[in-house]
Amino acid sequence: MSTGDDPDPATPARAWVFGDDIDTDQIIPSRFIVSSDPEEIAQHTFEDLRPEFSESVRAGEFVVGGENFGSGSSREQAPLSLLGAGVAGVVAQSFARIFFRNAINLGLPVLISPEAGRIRDGDEIHMELDTGTIVNHTRDERYEAEPLPEFLQSIVERGGLKPYTKAKLNEQ
Amino acid sequence: MTGKTFAEKQLSGKSGRDVHAGDYVEAEIDVAMAHDITGPLAFQTFDEVTGSDGALFAPDRTVFTIDHHAPADGVQAANNHNALREFAAEHGAHQYDVGDGICHQVLVEEGHVGPGDLVVGADSHSTTYGGLGAFGTGVGSTDLGTAMATGDLWFRVPETRRFEVEGDLPEAVYAKDLVLKFIGDVGFAGCTYMAAEYAGSTVAALPLHERFVLANMAIEMGGKAGIVEPDERTARYLEAQTGRAPSTDVDDPALHADPDAEYVDVHTYRAEEIAPQVSTPSNPENAVDVGKVEGTEIDQLFVGTCTNGRFEDMQVVADVLEGEEIAPNVRMVVVPASGAVYQQMLETGVLTTFVDAGAVVQSAGCGPCAGYHQGVLGDSDVCLATANRNFPGREGSMKSSVYLASPATVGASALYGEITDPRRVDTSRYDDVALAKGARS
Repeated sequence: MSTGDDPDPATPARAWVFGDDIDTDQIIPSRFIVSSDPEEIAQHTFEDLRPEFSESVRAGEFVVGGENFGSGSSREQAPLSLLGAGVAGVVAQSFARIFFRNAINLGLPVLISPEAGRIRDGDEIHMELDTGTIVNHTRDERYEAEPLPEFLQSIVERGGLKPYTKAKLNEQ
Repeated sequence: MTGKTFAEKQLSGKSGRDVHAGDYVEAEIDVAMAHDITGPLAFQTFDEVTGSDGALFAPDRTVFTIDHHAPADGVQAANNHNALREFAAEHGAHQYDVGDGICHQVLVEEGHVGPGDLVVGADSHSTTYGGLGAFGTGVGSTDLGTAMATGDLWFRVPETRRFEVEGDLPEAVYAKDLVLKFIGDVGFAGCTYMAAEYAGSTVAALPLHERFVLANMAIEMGGKAGIVEPDERTARYLEAQTGRAPSTDVDDPALHADPDAEYVDVHTYRAEEIAPQVSTPSNPENAVDVGKVEGTEIDQLFVGTCTNGRFEDMQVVADVLEGEEIAPNVRMVVVPASGAVYQQMLETGVLTTFVDAGAVVQSAGCGPCAGYHQGVLGDSDVCLATANRNFPGREGSMKSSVYLASPATVGASALYGEITDPRRVDTSRYDDVALAKGARS
C-alpha cells in the first residue's frame, strides 16, 4: 500500500507484469467501485486476478501491461486505485482509449512501448518521462516509448486536467 | 484535400476548425451525462475546478441517472444516490431516479440527444448515441466534471473504420449478430482510438432500436464512437419519442461522411451470409456462429442491458416464450432498460408472458450486467446474456462464464436450457417479431 509519499517514476522499482486485454473489471472489480476513495479501492486492486497485489505492492512500483491495457469500462476508479496503491506509472504495449485518457487526466504516468513485452515480472525498471524511455535495470535494457503528443504534454505539465481546466477558467 | 468522415466533420463543427484524423481539438459539448457510479467523482472535480459557487455550463443539457445500483443495494450506493439528487437539485440538472432506467436508454427515449450532438457520458457505452447520428463517447469522471464546468473538452480526432452491410438480414438474425461478427473480425482492440461507421443498405433498413445496438457495442472493439448516419427513420423516431421534429435537418451534409472520406479500411458484408452469433467467454471478440456452441448447458439467462433491454428485445423473447415455460434447469432474469420499457411490457402482456414462463422480472436498470446485484453469478454458473460484455468475472465469480447473444438466441435457448440456434424454433413464432421490426421504425 501507498506510504503517502509521491512515487517518483524516475526511481527504479519492481515491475508487476500483466498480460494482454487487462480490462477495468480486472483492475478494480465492479463490486468495489461504489467507492471512489483511492485508499479504500486500492485495497482491492487486481483482487480477483492477483490477490497478493494490494498486500504486497510498495509505493513507487510499476504496473506493466501487454496490449490493450485498461479496456472496457470508463470507471476512473481503475487508474485511481493504482494511484491509491502508490503505483508510480504504467507501461504497456498499448492502452484502451478511455483508460489512457483517465490516467493522463489524473496525472498517473503512462508510457506506450512495443517493447514492454520484454519486461518480466519482478524486473527493476524506471520511467524517464521527458525522453519517453523505460530503463530495465535487471536486464540492462532501454526501451523507446511513443512520445506524448504536444497537447497532452501541456496537460501533464500543468499537473493533469483539473489544474489545466482551472487555469483555463481563470483566463476567461 | 480528401473529404471527411463523420467524426472529422463533427469535431470540425464543434471546434470551429477544419480538422482531420490525428489533430487535437477542444470541442464544444452539447450534452453531459453521469450516473450513480461515475457522478460522485465528477462532482468532486466540478467543485474543485469551479470553486464553491460553480455553475453548470448548461443545466438543461446536463443529465444524471441512477441505474447501476438501482434500487440501492447498500448504504454506500444509497449515499451516492443522494449525492446525485442533491447535486442535481442544487445545480438545476436533469435527474432520473431509481426505476427510470439505464442512462443510454433514458437519454434517447427522453429526447436529450439529437443528430449532430456531441455527447460525453461518464460511461463507456455512451457510444450508443451514435445510433441517432450523434457523436457519443465515453469519458471518465474527471473529464466529465471539467466538461460540466466549461462546456468543452479535449479530443483527438479519430481515424475511422467503416463497416458496410448490404442485403436483407436472414430470419432470426439481428443487429446484435452483425456487431458481434464485426467485433470478432477486427478484434477487441480493433477500433481503439478510432470511430466505427456503420453503413450500407442493411444498416439503412434497421429501425432505431437496432441501430443503437451497433453503436452501443463499438466500445467492445475499443471504439471512441460508433456511427449510423441520421436519415428519415431517425427523424421519425425522434418525433415519435419527443413529439417534435429533430432540431437538425437529418439530410444536412455536415451529418454525412463525404464519399471521398479517408478510412483506415472498409469491411464489407452480405447480410444473407450472417448467422446468429454467440460470443464465448471471456471476451466479446470470441464470436462464433451459434452452431459451434449449440448444446452448451447454461444456468442463467439474462435479458436486459443498454445493448438489448429495449421493448422490441423483450418482445422477441416473449414471442418465443408465449405459452411455454423456460426449461427446468435454467433461471431467467429479465431487466427492462427503462421504466417506459417496463410500462410497455405491462400494457402489451409481454410481462405476463415472462412471468407465466417462469422468468424473474426486475425493475428497470443495469441489473446484473456488471456483477453488482440482482442475479450475480456463482463459481460454476454459465450465463447466456443479451449484454455487451463477458469479461472474466463480469457478472460475478471469476470462475463463472458469460456467453453473449441476441434476444432471439437467448429466447430459443431458454426453451431448451442449452444454447440453441434461434432458427430451430418454430418460425411462426417470429411473425410478431417481424412486425415489431417495422412498426416502431
